[in-house]
Amino acid sequence: MYGKGLKPLSIATVALLAIGLSLVFFYAPIETDQGIIQKIFYLHVPLAIVSLVGFVIGGVFAIAHLRSGNSRWDAYSYVSIHISVIFGVAVLITGGIWAKASWGHWWVWNEPTLVSFLIVFLLYCTYYPFRYAIEDRDQQARYASVFAVTAGAFVPLNFMAVRMAQSLVHPRVFATANGGLPGSMMLTFLCCIAAIALLWTTLVKFELAAKSASGQVKRLRRVLDAPTGAPASRVAPEVS
Amino acid sequence: MTPSRAAFAAILGKDLRSELRTLQSLPAMALFSITTFVIFRFGLDRTHLSGSLAAGVLWATLLFAAVLGINRLFVTEREEGGFDAIRLAPIDRSVLFSAKVAALMIYLLALELIAVPIFALFFLGSGAALAPLVSVLLLADFGLAATGTLISSMAVNSRARDLLVPLVLLPLVVPLMIAATGATEPLLVLGGPGYHRFGTWLMVLGLYDLIFGLVGYAVFDFLLED
Repeated sequence: MYGKGLKPLSIATVALLAIGLSLVFFYAPIETDQGIIQKIFYLHVPLAIVSLVGFVIGGVFAIAHLRSGNSRWDAYSYVSIHISVIFGVAVLITGGIWAKASWGHWWVWNEPTLVSFLIVFLLYCTYYPFRYAIEDRDQQARYASVFAVTAGAFVPLNFMAVRMAQSLVHPRVFATANGGLPGSMMLTFLCCIAAIALLWTTLVKFELAAKSASGQVKRLRRVLDAPTGAPASRVAPEVS
Repeated sequence: MTPSRAAFAAILGKDLRSELRTLQSLPAMALFSITTFVIFRFGLDRTHLSGSLAAGVLWATLLFAAVLGINRLFVTEREEGGFDAIRLAPIDRSVLFSAKVAALMIYLLALELIAVPIFALFFLGSGAALAPLVSVLLLADFGLAATGTLISSMAVNSRARDLLVPLVLLPLVVPLMIAATGATEPLLVLGGPGYHRFGTWLMVLGLYDLIFGLVGYAVFDFLLED
């Protein structure tokens, strides 16, 4: 049932990603100050925004799970966080590439946006060992939801604290008074952010569909009383 | 006394009494912090610390000492069936959260009563910074107690108990530590305490306390369901 609408969604994602990337390479002007390396921002920034929003969405699903007790929301929350963590790895890598080209270092410690993202990323990395350590399925789902809610509240707070602690080196394109982007760059950026958001949604749906399918297979095997092939995963929630 | 307040007093009293009789957490925390100070003394090879280095040494030590206490916070509840008793009792379950936060807060204050003067004795020339430091300690302790109680109550019911508390708690308290060291740093600079951005950092600490106090209070119910 999770597989419904997956095909058009995937096609739309691929199409939008293709449009976004071709805009990046053939339409958006090359930035005079930084040259071609600036184009990585069309990937880096949308990935960062989508993964942070994904963490918060995981927290919202967790609230829905705690309120309703329906384990389906827990599966949503788990998959949202899972995909966002993967996006987070991509954010750290693309950010490092840009920083190496622009600042000459792979990592800059006195830069609040980098550090706060790293802290959020590390916190969400502990989500897996945390989940894995609790055996009872209902309890695991509940505790993971509590974690997701707490961490979801932590995301904005952490950004505020780290930003106050340090200087502003990271470019803040939208915040400058008379800066802002030229129209062609803005269009490309918006197209990329839509494409990445769509990619996130598609991956979440794929993951849910895969989990639900393997859950169903397991259930059918149990009905047929056949030995299960692979051992059941203790980390992943069972999706019905 | 309302039933919740009576339950709060009963749980808090029980915790403090059992700690006083068994002395499980506090001496270990105090001893740990003193040993860590000695290690820092030789690791950094300095007789005097000031500014950000002093703030870092103080807060890193207090945080790791706190983790020891946080690890033990719910162990008796689990081993002696205290969770079941709370579940059976006709009281609001959030009371357990507030009582445990209060107990942990008292442990941390007791720890700091021992550790901070020793820190001043080891590394600081004068004790002039200790009076304004109290407000930072109080605010940071509350935040640490709120997040620590929440994480401890989850970790104690898992398989990897002692492993989980430092793993999950440390990233969660990074903003708290940034604000606490930020507020402590000007107090410990050479030549008497300064107050550069002191109020701002206290406000961040207060905001952290508020948010995680409320989040902990709101979600704690779900951790006790069975």
